[in-house]
Amino acid sequence: MTQEKLLGWKELPRGGSILKPGNSESRYTGDWRTFKPVILQDKCTRCLRCWIVCPEPAIYVIDEPYTTKSGRQFKFSVEVNYDYCKGCGMCVEECEPKAIDWIEEEK
Amino acid sequence: MMTKPYFRTVYDVPREEYLAPGHGLCAGCTAGTIVKLLLKVTGPNTIVVNATGCVEVSTTPFPYTSWKVPWIHVAFENAAAVASGIESAIKVLKAKGIIDPTKRINIIALAGDGGTYDIGFQALSGMLERGHKVMYVLYDNEAYMNTGIQRSGGTPVYAWTTTTPVGKILKGKVQQKKPIAEIVAAHRIPYVATANPGYFADMMNKFKKGLEVEGPSFVHVIQPCTTGWKFDPRYGIVLARLATETGLWINWEQEEGQFRVTVTVPRRKHVKHYFELQGRFSHLTEEEIEAIQKEVDLEVDRINKLVGRTVIGPLVE
Repeated sequence: MTQEKLLGWKELPRGGSILKPGNSESRYTGDWRTFKPVILQDKCTRCLRCWIVCPEPAIYVIDEPYTTKSGRQFKFSVEVNYDYCKGCGMCVEECEPKAIDWIEEEK
Repeated sequence: MMTKPYFRTVYDVPREEYLAPGHGLCAGCTAGTIVKLLLKVTGPNTIVVNATGCVEVSTTPFPYTSWKVPWIHVAFENAAAVASGIESAIKVLKAKGIIDPTKRINIIALAGDGGTYDIGFQALSGMLERGHKVMYVLYDNEAYMNTGIQRSGGTPVYAWTTTTPVGKILKGKVQQKKPIAEIVAAHRIPYVATANPGYFADMMNKFKKGLEVEGPSFVHVIQPCTTGWKFDPRYGIVLARLATETGLWINWEQEEGQFRVTVTVPRRKHVKHYFELQGRFSHLTEEEIEAIQKEVDLEVDRINKLVGRTVIGPLVE
């Protein structure tokens, strides 16, 4: 995980404007985390509560069909981006079917 | 005037994100949730005017920005004034034909409780009086969290902050919380609402309504702050919902003078459930909690009388 090289004062745009919207994506806040949420795809009912509450946003809805072991079919999946997840646990607390595991990070 | 809600379920919420990850908000800060959902409602044709505060400081550590929409940082006191200026400038540019006159550009002023209750109040009042078409969103974390938890006009009574410490004589803040949404409603603007990130569809519908009205609108959102309120980061949304379930925070809206409670609470919880999760209220005694409960009961009675029926139910647990 490398960060962009910072510009010197002569190279910066006038007025200190930031010309690339959303460039904080190159700051990886995932290393703040001590516990990480892991979505159990088989238990998940796709209620998307975790996606709504995630303040990063580090939880994404992706168009990837998924069939659970019990045969339930879903047109999309929910995924955690661990580059940005700060490990606050709000998704774990909000998950109604308890489909998010809370696991301690290993070094 | 009842209109059809724009967002009924979670599947009505657009998937596009206009707040980029990598910002520096604390883990478990519900401001991220509020801003993210706000930008999902407004879409890309938006100009955000952000007063100094947690959101401003943590989303734009130079040379990075988390905003994918045009954004300007202004001082604590003039978010509303700058937003008025931008709105007038766009009106002129449209009249001159430089911008397509049919193009819809949303202007959002985003400020915290310090920048609204205390410092930015005269600019806000001026903007409302002049009738600029701006939506003012106040995320209320009930103190100056960004500078290190100093009291503000929005801090509730008995809450601990660094400037209202708890000791032998003083037990947290002495004064009551200022009813800012009612003060704004007294300006007779077209739309005023209070919202709660725990009820996301309700909150997003209010943002949408605020953008639709012709004239200024104001949405007051409660924002549990893990650092300042001293709770486990995972309880952010739980606390936001508890605030409504206990009757401490009532989700209402006033549209063209019509007052309406949007989230009804049939069975109300005791305020102690809300207080026991937070470290800033850990010094409260039983009597003090009961005194607060009595005040909440009176406020709930007042709201029920105002609406004309029981929207917030009796105390159950």
